[in-house]
Amino acid sequence: MVIDEETMKVTQDTKITSYKLPLAILFALTFALALVSLVSAQGPTPTDDEVNRIAKQLYCPVCESTPLDVCPTEACRQWRDLIRTKLGEGQSEEQIKQYFVTQYGARVLAEPPNRFASYLVPAVAILLGVLFLARAFQMWMKPSITEAEAAANEAPPADPYIARLEEELKKQK
Amino acid sequence: MIANFGFGVLVVSFLVTLYSVFAAIYGERTKNAAMVESARRAMLLTWPLLTLTSGILIYLLVNNHYEVQFVYEVTSRSMPTYLKITAWWGGQSGSLLFWSWLMSAFASLVTLRKWDRDREFLPWVIVVACVTMAFFIGMNVFFENPFAQVYQTFEGINAYTFQPADSVLFTPADGRGLNPLLRHPGMVIHPPMLYLGFVSFVIPYAFAIAALITGRTDDRWIRLTRRWTLWAWLFLSFGLVLGGRWAYDVLGWGGYWGWDPVEIAAFMPWLTGTAFLHSVMIQEKRGMLKHWNMLLVILTYDLVIFGTFLTRSGVLSSVHSFAQSAIGPLFFVFIGFTLITSVALIIYRWKELKSETEMTSMLSREALFLLNNLLFMSILVVCFWGVIYPLISELFTGAKVTVGPPFYERATSPLFAALLFLMGVAPLSAWGHSTVKTLGRVMWKPIIGAVLVTIVLFFTYTQKVTALLAFFIIAMTILVTIYEYWRGAAARQRSQGENILTAFWNLTGRNRRRYGGYIIHLSMMLMAVGILGIEMFQKETQGTLAAGQSLNIAGYEVRYKEIASWDNPGAGVNYTRSVVDIYEDGEYLGQLTPRIDYYFDSQQTMTIPGNRSTLRDDLYILLVDWEPATASGATFKIYVNPLVNWLWFGSILFLAGVIIAAWPEKEADRVSVKARSRVQQPSAAD
Amino acid sequence: MTESTIPAPRRGVPLWAQVIVWTLLVGLLVIVAMGLRRAQQGTVQPGQTIDNFTLPLYSGYQIDGKSEIHFEDLRGKVVVINFWASWCKPCEQEAAEMQQAWAEYEPTGEVVFLGVDYVDTEPEARVYLKKFGITFANGPDLATRISQYFRIKGVPETYFVDKEGVLQYVQVGPFTSIDQIRAQIDPLLK
Repeated sequence: MVIDEETMKVTQDTKITSYKLPLAILFALTFALALVSLVSAQGPTPTDDEVNRIAKQLYCPVCESTPLDVCPTEACRQWRDLIRTKLGEGQSEEQIKQYFVTQYGARVLAEPPNRFASYLVPAVAILLGVLFLARAFQMWMKPSITEAEAAANEAPPADPYIARLEEELKKQK
Repeated sequence: MIANFGFGVLVVSFLVTLYSVFAAIYGERTKNAAMVESARRAMLLTWPLLTLTSGILIYLLVNNHYEVQFVYEVTSRSMPTYLKITAWWGGQSGSLLFWSWLMSAFASLVTLRKWDRDREFLPWVIVVACVTMAFFIGMNVFFENPFAQVYQTFEGINAYTFQPADSVLFTPADGRGLNPLLRHPGMVIHPPMLYLGFVSFVIPYAFAIAALITGRTDDRWIRLTRRWTLWAWLFLSFGLVLGGRWAYDVLGWGGYWGWDPVEIAAFMPWLTGTAFLHSVMIQEKRGMLKHWNMLLVILTYDLVIFGTFLTRSGVLSSVHSFAQSAIGPLFFVFIGFTLITSVALIIYRWKELKSETEMTSMLSREALFLLNNLLFMSILVVCFWGVIYPLISELFTGAKVTVGPPFYERATSPLFAALLFLMGVAPLSAWGHSTVKTLGRVMWKPIIGAVLVTIVLFFTYTQKVTALLAFFIIAMTILVTIYEYWRGAAARQRSQGENILTAFWNLTGRNRRRYGGYIIHLSMMLMAVGILGIEMFQKETQGTLAAGQSLNIAGYEVRYKEIASWDNPGAGVNYTRSVVDIYEDGEYLGQLTPRIDYYFDSQQTMTIPGNRSTLRDDLYILLVDWEPATASGATFKIYVNPLVNWLWFGSILFLAGVIIAAWPEKEADRVSVKARSRVQQPSAAD
Repeated sequence: MTESTIPAPRRGVPLWAQVIVWTLLVGLLVIVAMGLRRAQQGTVQPGQTIDNFTLPLYSGYQIDGKSEIHFEDLRGKVVVINFWASWCKPCEQEAAEMQQAWAEYEPTGEVVFLGVDYVDTEPEARVYLKKFGITFANGPDLATRISQYFRIKGVPETYFVDKEGVLQYVQVGPFTSIDQIRAQIDPLLK
């Protein structure tokens, strides 16, 4: 600093400031650039909805039968934050679900990973039921099939109640 | 002192039921009518005894006797009296006592009727009812004593049935209090409804077993228990619906059914119960399916017991589970015993259960009812497998898995859709005979109507194919039902000269089962519309707002206005109550107040949603409790649930339908009692 | 009503059907019994030989230069297996004592402390470890295999295994003082 004794003005040492300002601008620019690149590498923070979209498909590893998007515990909050971080890093839904499975086991998924085993048994059982019913129908109807065919043409309803109804309605037509 | 007396009465009840079982068997085997009568009187005695026991427990609950462990666990000083009374079924041991009390009431009701025509059933009905009762009371007496008191010994503080040596009675100052989630009107009614349903199904089962043992395999046992079955089914259905409503109101996840194993455990007996309700009609009208009806009622009873077991034994992990306890093994023995004896009995009597008639047409009503049964059993298989699979997976592969909603929804949706369709076709088909022609003649008009409705929905509501298909089926069935109803009323109007409204009324009155059934089907359609809306079209969003900011969803704007937090020391609660303004397309609709209740005694929170209900949708707003809620930042979770209120309205119509169907008819028991009723009936017009 | 009155021949239930029905029924009961037994079972009990398991360690932790620990490699040393989680409040009560005990026993070279992080998130786990200055080996229980093997009922739980690989003591809940820890390890060192 130089003080002009006459005017009592304080002036900067021009020698120093000659490169101070450009240096400052350089620093500011670098800083801004770094900031921008940092932010653009991460992308905007994922919204709650995006997090929930994935959390809905997962179950809380600790609580019983509670989906991750509605679980109120501290641990679940941390897991949702973990999903948010990973989404921000650009990981896909599949990758995040796989990460949870690796960390906590298959029970965090809403469905057993082995689709075949879980659907096979009910499918077979239902099929057996259909076959059983078909066979029962066949056994029951064998003697009367011809009768039914003959009656089909006039098809009078066997239910006396509906028969009465039909007659009433026919009378009025 | 009083608690010990209560336990004493409980032990006496247990001994009385045991006596009743042995007296009934002995009396039956030795043809000693006096012994059987003694057994009947002993069974009648159980109800006053259990009422006394329960009364004592309620007295202890209401009067803050915290030295009794059950009272400590489920009540606290800050709970209002009505909740202290209903805490009777708020914990394991109390709810078991409640079960037993209901069982004794129903068993007594059944034995108070005239038994002249069915004397041979009586001993076995007593045996089955009292064995079941002995089991439940036994669980209370030996494993889960509601009257156990807390004593301080050298080892520490624990609950005992009898005072240990060198101990002192320990009275906590306050109770732990019921889980706040359970302190809701829904909680008050939902368990009793479910238990009423479960316990009522024991009666048809008892009669079925009596029929198998005595060899009276005609449909007498069905006629005797028809009304019981219908009321049991009503209670169970309503218990399930109330559970759903309570979950929707209070549990804070915007849903009403989570496919949780314990929910499914209560749903499975409903499935077989509904199948049973339909297939007994076939046995009554056509004398067929005797084996099948026996199987169904046995399955219903065993699913009830199995479901109760699953809920309480800790075998499955679930949000609903009671705490771990020692009753598991005893329950298991009882399940094994009932399953093995029931199956053995039905195999033994298989030959005697042959049908009287044959089926003549694939589209007859009995054929369609069988199809309905197949569909219900298929859904049952899916549910049962979903519940058992995690257990099997963990036991045999060590891998813990979850079977959740995606599995159940994917597997059962086509089955439910088929059932909805069947509900439209079956009422039109005739007993014994129907063809495509006869059905087509009555159905073409409703089908055209349904197509029109679907086209309108396509342009105005949704283009989703699955939703449109479902809407088509629902519309068709609604139109068929209304059409059938109208046809009947029109015929009556012309033949009797009544105006259309009187015609409707009298039509329903004279054919309560048929038209009650139509109303029930109609109500199921409405419920299906509600379920469809919320499952297929639900929208949700979540966000953190500062006061003055808004969240937008589905045309609504939710603006956060303000928040306040205060304590209510009397109720032991801290309230954090937010106020939000609702706008739709710029128009102000009103305010909602979602809030968080924090209960000091149990250190748990409850999120109460702010809910705006219309027929079109629900705007359901939650203040999430895992983030801090202040004026500068509160996190809201908003659901828009389209059409969900049709579910609740449908269930009310359902109630009306079942009451109509179950209302005692003057022309009841047409086949056997026709002669009698003609003499007694006052006039033709009612 | 139309009725055909041809009575069908009356047969009992055929043998093959009975075999199937009874097999399914007994099978169901067996499965339920096994499930019930498992639900009633407590944790692994003292006297049982502990099978091999693998614990990957958080970066920065190592035992003999390895960052993935196989339990069988630790045979010949006393192993203290401590289950914890960052979201578990009672775990914090014993964290300082555990670290202190480790500091005492590490120089002997005969004791290994293993911290198994149960169902946790790594960032929060690291915060917890740093807060208590934990230096003994810690790693996540991937897919909860280890905790399932030990059938833990909650956290914290600590398992003391002797030099032959036989479980000697199970501590359910936090330790209240370091003496308790010493009381379990010292007998095993002899």
